[in-house]
Amino acid sequence: MIRLNNIVATYTTQRGSINAVDGVSLEIPDGIILGIAGESGCGKSTLMKVIYGDVVSPLSLSAGSVEYGFRDERGGEVTGRNIRRYWFRRISYIPQSSMSSLNPVVRISRQFVDFLEPAKNKAKVLEEVRAYVKQLDLPPEAIDAYPHQLSGGMRQRIMVALATFFQPDIILADEPTTALDVVVQKSILLLLMELQEKMRNTIILVSHDMGVHYQATHRMLVMYAARAVEYGDSEAIFSRPLHPYTRMLIDSLPTIGDDHARQGVPGRPPSLWEPLQGCRFAARCPLATEVCRQQEPALTEYRPGHFAACHYANQQAREQPLQVSEVRP
Amino acid sequence: MTTILKTEHLHKVYRLGSLRRNVSIQALNDVNLTVESDEPAIVSIVGESGSGKTTLARVILRLVEPTAGKAMVYDHTVAGKGIKPAKREFLSMVQPVFQNPFESFSRYRTIDSYLFETATRVKGLEKAGASEAVGEALASVGLEYSDVRGKYPNQFSGGELQRMSIARALIARPRMLVADEPVSMIDASRRMTIINLFLSLKQEYKTSILYITHDLATAYYISDYIAVMNRGNIVEFGAAKQVLSDPQHAYTRLLLDSIPTLKHKWVRQA
Repeated sequence: MIRLNNIVATYTTQRGSINAVDGVSLEIPDGIILGIAGESGCGKSTLMKVIYGDVVSPLSLSAGSVEYGFRDERGGEVTGRNIRRYWFRRISYIPQSSMSSLNPVVRISRQFVDFLEPAKNKAKVLEEVRAYVKQLDLPPEAIDAYPHQLSGGMRQRIMVALATFFQPDIILADEPTTALDVVVQKSILLLLMELQEKMRNTIILVSHDMGVHYQATHRMLVMYAARAVEYGDSEAIFSRPLHPYTRMLIDSLPTIGDDHARQGVPGRPPSLWEPLQGCRFAARCPLATEVCRQQEPALTEYRPGHFAACHYANQQAREQPLQVSEVRP
Repeated sequence: MTTILKTEHLHKVYRLGSLRRNVSIQALNDVNLTVESDEPAIVSIVGESGSGKTTLARVILRLVEPTAGKAMVYDHTVAGKGIKPAKREFLSMVQPVFQNPFESFSRYRTIDSYLFETATRVKGLEKAGASEAVGEALASVGLEYSDVRGKYPNQFSGGELQRMSIARALIARPRMLVADEPVSMIDASRRMTIINLFLSLKQEYKTSILYITHDLATAYYISDYIAVMNRGNIVEFGAAKQVLSDPQHAYTRLLLDSIPTLKHKWVRQA
């Protein structure tokens, strides 16, 4: 189990400092795909950086810690400070833009060799890599190419191959399909789901597309303005969301065959520079009352395993479920 | 019936490589599209990357010259090999909205200077008239002139910038807006605001919209007509609701099947 204890991540700039993640505590069970949803600037990518242990200036961890749930060879604790030693072996990262992550002037095969142990036999390693990319539906010759010679989908498959080669315990995928079109997006997501089932590891998938979360994830975290606002099983979140923000995100998604008018979430999130009081979503929330503007709700468990930070979540919990899950005829 | 958009045997071949090893890519391969409607209409062009949909948009916007064929918007020939319509006339016919609002505006210039310039140069308005036109265009996308005046692009969110680039296009009062993936860079929670804006512009400004996208769900939501493109060809065209509820072409079905929908989970091979 990965445990996040009250994470506060701060960016320090000339203007002052700002908490991009402000007190997120979470327990992520092993062997699941966890989705993180939320709009731009809500702190989801910063949270990923903290979990990855990639905390470099101007980002710093002001409070809190990450427990990864595994120990190093000598039985010592692996924490955010020394997780770097296990990059790619036990924790790996799939970025959004494959083009800016792969070295454009070096063949892909060399980029594979680079992060393998230098002592190992190069030819033998490449043989293994070739066999492995073949499993991921890539032509084995693809690794002899330069990144620009491959299509966006193939490059993203290469990124998946790099990230999964050592069968790490945790894979972080930050918007892995946002730059791709729908057909390729589906194939990449299905590949990730299949690999996760095979390796039984944990994948944390960031996306702002609720459809992607519905298709791929087991559990979900919804973030809003640096806070966790809802956390629970994806099924429950989609059928009976507790937080009005989650409900609005789901409702804004147009569906083929459904002619209802859809509304985006009106307004914009609060500026984190200003002092915040009360529920951060209150200004955009249709349910907001005086209580919401005065007191910030805590993340509370309303149903077993289903948390929300809303004063009216209890009321929402009793409401009728949304009709979103239908069985395909 | 008015012909909103018509393309005749449009071809575009991109040539790559060197003299010895040249590769040619057929981005558009005989595209014939005729959209007729009495009312202004939203026409979606859908397809995956590399299908030629962006090239088609760029041909209509005169950013790319076709290798052969021509394109007409409301019976005005706007693009073709060697065809050069008067600039002002063309700009009041077709206006673009691009994918990335952060790239549409230079960070060294204020946003309203772009809008103002469109009003004076394209519309030929005097200073006072131009200010009024800018204010009106901003109001129609739900923004206040006083909130925008003198500000730079980094002071706005992507959604707001995209609304401003739509406002800029509207100043010219074009018959058609060509919007190339206008919402793919916009946060999912605010995407629908832009989409709904297109719907209201169709009603209020009587502007037709050519909506280029790979997102079939939003295409279904706003379009009157849909053209599905694959490998430089239009493989299916018709009324939006009909094409997407009863797709005839295998490629359309593939696209439909790839949407991450909330209605059912993807069927997975065991």
